[in-house]
Amino acid sequence: MVSAGAADPADLAKFRELQQLAYAAAQSVAQTLEPGVTEQQAARRVRAYLLDRGVQDWFHTPFAWFGERTAFRGFRTPLQFFPTRRRLTEGMPFILDCAPVREGYVADIGYAGCLGTNRLYEQLMGDLAEYRALILTRVNDRVPLRQIYRDVDALIARQGYDNRHRVYPGRVIAHQVSRVRSRLPKVVAAGFGIRSIQTLVGDLIVERMHHRSPLWADGELSNHPATPGLWAVEPHIGFRDVGVKFEEILVVPEVGRAYWLDDDLPHVRRWHRALAA
Amino acid sequence: MARDVRSTDGVLLRVYESGTRGAPTVVCVHGYPDDHTLWDGVAAELAPRYHLVRYDVRGAGESGKPRERRAYRLEQLAQDLATVINAVSPDRPVHLLAHDWGSIQVWHALSGPWLRGHVSSFTSISGPGLDYVASWWRARLHRPTPRALRELITQLASSWYIGAFQLPLLPELLWRAGLPQRALARKGYLSIPAVADGVSGVQLYRANMLAQLARPRPQPVDVPVQVLAPRRDPFVSRSLQTDIKRWVPHLALRELPGGHWLPRSHPHTVARCASELIDHAEGGREARPLRRARQTGLGRRRFADILVVITGAGSGIGRATALEFAEQGAEVVATDIQAQTAERTAQLASTLGPPASAYSVDVSDGSAVEKFAAVLLENHGIPDIVINNAGIGMAGPFFDTTVADWERIIDVNLWGVIHGCRVLGGLMVAGGAGGTIVNIASAAAYLPTRVLPAYATTKAAVLALSQCLRAELAEAGIGVVAICPGFVHTNIVSTARFVGLDAAAERTVKQRVTELYRRRNFTPERAARDIVRAIERNAALAPVTVEAKAGLLAARLTPGLVRALARTNVAPR
Repeated sequence: MVSAGAADPADLAKFRELQQLAYAAAQSVAQTLEPGVTEQQAARRVRAYLLDRGVQDWFHTPFAWFGERTAFRGFRTPLQFFPTRRRLTEGMPFILDCAPVREGYVADIGYAGCLGTNRLYEQLMGDLAEYRALILTRVNDRVPLRQIYRDVDALIARQGYDNRHRVYPGRVIAHQVSRVRSRLPKVVAAGFGIRSIQTLVGDLIVERMHHRSPLWADGELSNHPATPGLWAVEPHIGFRDVGVKFEEILVVPEVGRAYWLDDDLPHVRRWHRALAA
Repeated sequence: MARDVRSTDGVLLRVYESGTRGAPTVVCVHGYPDDHTLWDGVAAELAPRYHLVRYDVRGAGESGKPRERRAYRLEQLAQDLATVINAVSPDRPVHLLAHDWGSIQVWHALSGPWLRGHVSSFTSISGPGLDYVASWWRARLHRPTPRALRELITQLASSWYIGAFQLPLLPELLWRAGLPQRALARKGYLSIPAVADGVSGVQLYRANMLAQLARPRPQPVDVPVQVLAPRRDPFVSRSLQTDIKRWVPHLALRELPGGHWLPRSHPHTVARCASELIDHAEGGREARPLRRARQTGLGRRRFADILVVITGAGSGIGRATALEFAEQGAEVVATDIQAQTAERTAQLASTLGPPASAYSVDVSDGSAVEKFAAVLLENHGIPDIVINNAGIGMAGPFFDTTVADWERIIDVNLWGVIHGCRVLGGLMVAGGAGGTIVNIASAAAYLPTRVLPAYATTKAAVLALSQCLRAELAEAGIGVVAICPGFVHTNIVSTARFVGLDAAAERTVKQRVTELYRRRNFTPERAARDIVRAIERNAALAPVTVEAKAGLLAARLTPGLVRALARTNVAPR
């Protein structure tokens, strides 16, 4: 069931379409953000945008982090991930993160932006490009996921930043996604759709039997090359009070080379523009 | 070249000119009981770049010594100064450099009509304007807070002689008996004043002190001024000469190591400070130390316009400390044996603070450090803080440690610090403006363990060196701070050498130790914040982590226990 969605081109197209929609939601809401808007308002705007366009359920409800919360500074409990009344001000970085479900297809994206200009944000966003390249290369080299995680950590250290994805539950840099085929009601509990969680828990049990994990972290359970399927990969780096991330789906087929589901995404376009300039 | 200039009341003033014709003119005014030779050292330093003018103030040296008290009134002294300036540089404004009573005269002259349009800058050393002094006293008497009272009492204790000078005959008798000369020698006076100068100069106090202090008329001074305040001045307390921002809008203040006779004891420093102001007033770029000396008050970052040099700044504690300083406004110079990593640190530092620079330096190579110091001086100036951070790790039994291993770790960990102190610290000593040397030692310096014989040896040596050097450099105003971090999660383990193990075993052990450091999770950023605090309070020895602090306590209270624990093999296998 894990890799079922990966092989079928029609399914992949659906995943890609939803990922495009999620990034469009983040980007268009980002453009509306004005000084004084709160995280809760921003998250509600993302939510409304997606519900208007046919999204029925959530892997997790939209998150919005402003200011030093983009780097998860001072996070002690998972509750702190939820949007707060923190207000946006000029020059402040922000991250919009959402995971909509439509017709059983899942997207999970992260969009890092900034209101006005911020030197640290610009620097970090530029440096983030290396992670996208590194992860793909190492996955294709069949390097164990745990080792890739450490390679990412080494790159973070070299760049002088710190690893912020380790703040996510389970320290994960990525998790598998697959089509949700649940009969449970569409209920969102603690920000996570229970149908998606059911799917993920199912994956967890199956993978655990193979001594693998659908969660990609730096523990013993990630000491295997990427299993075929779709991985939502979210390297999240921080420096001082600024954090940036991207999150998008990596396709690992049964045979052949892994690839990013879509290259036409805001951060990728940004790096291409920078290269062209 | 000496010549006599006749002042308005007929007294002849002996004027000495030297240096470069056509260059900006610097007029030096000495105090009491000195003559123009006070400036000999400073003049020699400034001569290649300026037209130097020194003169004997009336009552001193070869100038006339009128007997009547009236002839020593500040109005007349200001008139003298104006006359000299008019004689040596009639068309172009001059720069003034004055000490003690010389400064008092200049302040007075600047507050009246005498020098209008003839002065471009003024460097004052240990000579507060008397109008400001009177206001200083009144302000403190008016609001006698504990601090104000302390300042008043301190200043009274060092100003009693001014009262004594008001008595008739007694001061003259004392001078002839040689008592003030002996007292001055004890206060660090470096040459013996002539009795005649000592005697005539007493009139300065009699003619001016009471009159000026009774009727203060503080006037604004609008030329750029810098005050050099020696930290150990027995006659003029710091606040007495620096608390003048109200009247002097273009004011730079520098506290310097040294005593009252700074021009004699530290001619190089005085010359450097003076030329920085002169060059800026002449339209040149403002030197960083001068920028720092200008008070800009609130909103100023803690280390704004401070130059910090950090070795091994390409990673770990070095990089984190560089970034911390940059964030606090310091100009950072990052060095590392790997150029790329230092450059990355400089790049990050530049996003947080002023533009930073990077150099590739192997600290174990003395001549490389010397070359770097020359470049540093040329491109950035004299460092205010030097952090000798570069170091490597080494673990394993003594008998598995080869001679080559020993040489390697001593070269980096000990010679690196020695060269840093010797060469970069040497720049600070020569600069004469004080500063701080920070040596990164280790908790292993005082916690013996069988696991780290080579590493602990080098770090103990660094600690000992720091403490000896701290004692030696105290009088130069340079603090030496030894930092003992403890387990801070950096790349020290992955770059360390584990002797007595084959490559595979070494890799495994490294992974396990790294995992321990990761679990301990004391970040370099936290260590950096502690280091900055230790520098601010000029700590002699600063343990950083809890284990480093507890270890220090244990080493002092229960050395037997520490020695017993040293026998346990704590290294993971």
